[in-house]
Amino acid sequence: MSTYDKSMALTGQPPAILSRNQKMATLVGMSGLLVLLLAAFNVSFPNKGLWLTLALSAISAGTIWFSWDAYSKKLPGIKNDGVWFKSISSKGFWGWIAGIALTGFYIILYFYPEYLGLVKDGNNKGIIGLFDPLSRMLSGNPASQWFVYGTLYTVAILAFGIKFLWKYRHNRYERIRTLSVMFFQTAFAFIIPELMARLNGDKILNGGSLPYYDLKNVWPLNYYNFEGYRIKAFLSSGDIGFALLIFGILSVFVITPILTYKYGKRWYCSWVCGCGGLAETAGDAFRQLSDKSVSAWKVERWVVHSVVVFVTLMTTAVIYSYLGTDTSKYWLTKSTFLIGVASLLTLVFAWVMLFKRDQFQKDAIYGAIGYFVIIMALISFHFFSGDGNVFLFKSETLRKSYSFLIGSIFSGVIGTGFYPIFGNRVWCRFGCPMAAMMGFQQRLFSRFRITTNGGQCISCGNCSTYCEMGIDVRAYAQKGENIVRSSCVGCGICSAVCPRGVLKLENGPLEGRIDSNQVLLGNDVDLMTLVNNK
Amino acid sequence: MENIVIIGNGIAGISAARHIRKLSDKRIIVVSGETDYFFSRTALMYVYMGHMKFEHIQPYENWFWEKNRIELVRGYVTKVNPKVKQLLIDGSRALHYDKLIIATGSKPNKFGWPGQDLHGVQGLYSKQDLDLLEVNAPNKEVCKRAVIVGGGLIGIELAEMLRSRDIPVTFLVREDSFWNGVLPSGESQMINEHILEHHIDLRLGSNLKEIVSDENGRVKSVIIAETGEEIACDMVGLTAGVTPNIDFLKDSGIDLGRGVKVNRYLETNVADVYAIGDCAEQHEAIGNRRPIEAVWYTGRMMGETVAQTICGNKMEYRPGHWFNSAKFLDIEYQTYGWVFSERGMKENEAHFHWRHPNEKLCITVAFNKETSQFLGINTFGIRMRHQVFDKWLSQEKDVDHVMEHLADANFDPEFYKHHEADIVSKYNSDFGKSIKPKKKSLKRIFAMN
Repeated sequence: MSTYDKSMALTGQPPAILSRNQKMATLVGMSGLLVLLLAAFNVSFPNKGLWLTLALSAISAGTIWFSWDAYSKKLPGIKNDGVWFKSISSKGFWGWIAGIALTGFYIILYFYPEYLGLVKDGNNKGIIGLFDPLSRMLSGNPASQWFVYGTLYTVAILAFGIKFLWKYRHNRYERIRTLSVMFFQTAFAFIIPELMARLNGDKILNGGSLPYYDLKNVWPLNYYNFEGYRIKAFLSSGDIGFALLIFGILSVFVITPILTYKYGKRWYCSWVCGCGGLAETAGDAFRQLSDKSVSAWKVERWVVHSVVVFVTLMTTAVIYSYLGTDTSKYWLTKSTFLIGVASLLTLVFAWVMLFKRDQFQKDAIYGAIGYFVIIMALISFHFFSGDGNVFLFKSETLRKSYSFLIGSIFSGVIGTGFYPIFGNRVWCRFGCPMAAMMGFQQRLFSRFRITTNGGQCISCGNCSTYCEMGIDVRAYAQKGENIVRSSCVGCGICSAVCPRGVLKLENGPLEGRIDSNQVLLGNDVDLMTLVNNK
Repeated sequence: MENIVIIGNGIAGISAARHIRKLSDKRIIVVSGETDYFFSRTALMYVYMGHMKFEHIQPYENWFWEKNRIELVRGYVTKVNPKVKQLLIDGSRALHYDKLIIATGSKPNKFGWPGQDLHGVQGLYSKQDLDLLEVNAPNKEVCKRAVIVGGGLIGIELAEMLRSRDIPVTFLVREDSFWNGVLPSGESQMINEHILEHHIDLRLGSNLKEIVSDENGRVKSVIIAETGEEIACDMVGLTAGVTPNIDFLKDSGIDLGRGVKVNRYLETNVADVYAIGDCAEQHEAIGNRRPIEAVWYTGRMMGETVAQTICGNKMEYRPGHWFNSAKFLDIEYQTYGWVFSERGMKENEAHFHWRHPNEKLCITVAFNKETSQFLGINTFGIRMRHQVFDKWLSQEKDVDHVMEHLADANFDPEFYKHHEADIVSKYNSDFGKSIKPKKKSLKRIFAMN
């Protein structure tokens, strides 16, 4: 044993934690947050529009200044020096403080918006009141807690997006991808829905009102898209409303499968999605905290696929609850709908079991069979009994519990609040049903893969460490295997941090996508045939 | 049941262990004095730089070894006695083997410089060296300047490590340009420039005369042989190459040269004793390779080969086409086939060199000027596809073919700028050709498997 083994904790340290510029930038950013905090405690600001502008500008400027100081003076290249020495990015003191603060914010946001100043039937106070002028400017309506959240969310993606662009300025894939998430967040999630709200009551919508609709938000991530009130709103809003409803359905059943086939689920998860956008920008500093162990992978598979089952049951129940029974009024009745859902699921299940069975682990097969039987049993149980309770519970109970457990707790409080503890993709990895469904396709039927470059891997572990989805990339790369994993969101960071140029995200023919590269090039061919003969 | 003992838990020893387990039910014992578990030696630098924690550079989770019945023993082997098939761990514990694999790797070279054993003077090879570096150079306050002696791959890595903590670095390189015993001059020159860009005090054509001690036996300064200049420093890194770590085998009866002498089956002169990885020395060099290859990949390949032999399928070590890679600060380097520096150039070897006008990107292609056969490529800052070059080398393609299809070999991330047009146009003007580069073809690339 070396006598120096324990020295790390005593002496190892990065150079000066923060430069003077970074300290000042932090001060500027914090002053912006302070304005918001003061507003939360009902300090009344005279000119709300001005103060809001000041606060948001200070937050953005602080972030951008900080990252400019951190990256712009250095040569382009990988910038991970000291990541595991800084307490914010290594689950140290500041990491926990940030985690607790974020979690607290989410709890207030989801469950106690009145503390943010939300007033029903009256003028908003507090933070929400501060955001009223901006909201009125965009949509004509007073702000809600969701407007406040949406604005801060967009500011975060833009400011940290600029940081990310600097950090990876040598990498064009990362730059273009980041510009894409910044664009989709600003335009699709923030501005367009607010502008759409201006059309409400207009004759272009036949006097109807569109539901709030972030067009890039696809069911089942957007689990409420087909709920009764929204369908009514769509159908009451003339051709435009009807077109949006059709678009919502097409985006699930046509657009998503086609794009996922061509490019893998990255087209959505790391190029378009808002959750992914926040994770990749504001969450980038925490990507190394995801758990890479085999046991975490096991938990992930069970949890995320259970959420898919839950959302399928819940949506089926909700749609079922508002459909009629009379075929003469509308072709889609309760029973045709249930039969439709059952047939679709059977088709998918049969296809997988017939053609792709050999690509599953044993527990995945058991899981798939188990869940399939349960869903089918519930559907037929219901079909033959025909009472008002779908799937043993009232549809409203299912809807409410999904919205509470998955929509709020999982995607918000845990998914984002725990960034500094579990990494930036907790929600995407363990909770997002959309990611799971696209992942299922990505694993079985997509051109996307991460190609391993022959025998060049040196098992260093940068790829695995910086994989935000907790994929042990190295385990594949060091065997010369391509990486084809359902959870991969295609962020491209494994490829970026690889010091030997081993990994490349690419789309290619399905044939031989998974196994054919199991050749550790370099050794003599006879040996490799033997080694690969499993 | 046969008892296989492997000395050393680096990539060579662990590859052998894993493949023996895949092929057989033999008892496998791995002895290491360095660490409890296998780790990636090439990644030690990232631990010091804070990119990863030590646990991250261990490629297998800790339960892996027990699950695969690979027994791990911690301790240094001090003696091997082939007559009774026994070895001694830390001078006391005895261990019997039926077959022994020596995979003890290397140790840093020391060339008898005055002061080379002072406190604050160290190499960079083992986990212990990394721990020592945390003592010698934890930050720029304790280590106000470091001097690195030896301009090779480990030297430049150590420089990068120290710079990540803002420690001023003086880099003594014996050659008149960085690593130009291996790299052709254009490439070597580009790396020189890049080293300076990183604010490293690069001293080319400089040899170490002596390391000066303070009153406590700690390094105080170094003196350069050529100029007699004295440079004050708190740490000296000796990175002038490595040598096989085989001192414990003296008097064992196992035939030693610089390394453990082995034949093509990786067998030593003693029955049932094999040597693989950095510490093995071929009786005769294989092709253009050196008799001792201290490279990650060859360690892995030897481990795979010896596993076959030990499991009853006697097999020669037959490495395929040479390849290697490294990273010089921010510049990635890959090589496929053979490209020699001006000093080592073979008869009939000619080079084509292209360098980007502004960015740190360049390639050098070697070919036979008589037959035009493509011999190899060095690429800096542009990733290339291993399989494509492996195939071209096997098929003995000519250099024009390589130029024409260069886009197929590109392995850069999507959306990166492509340089094939520039490269080929320079090639055309250098050699009076009129090759038109072909577009990348997925069909050609993926049909090759």
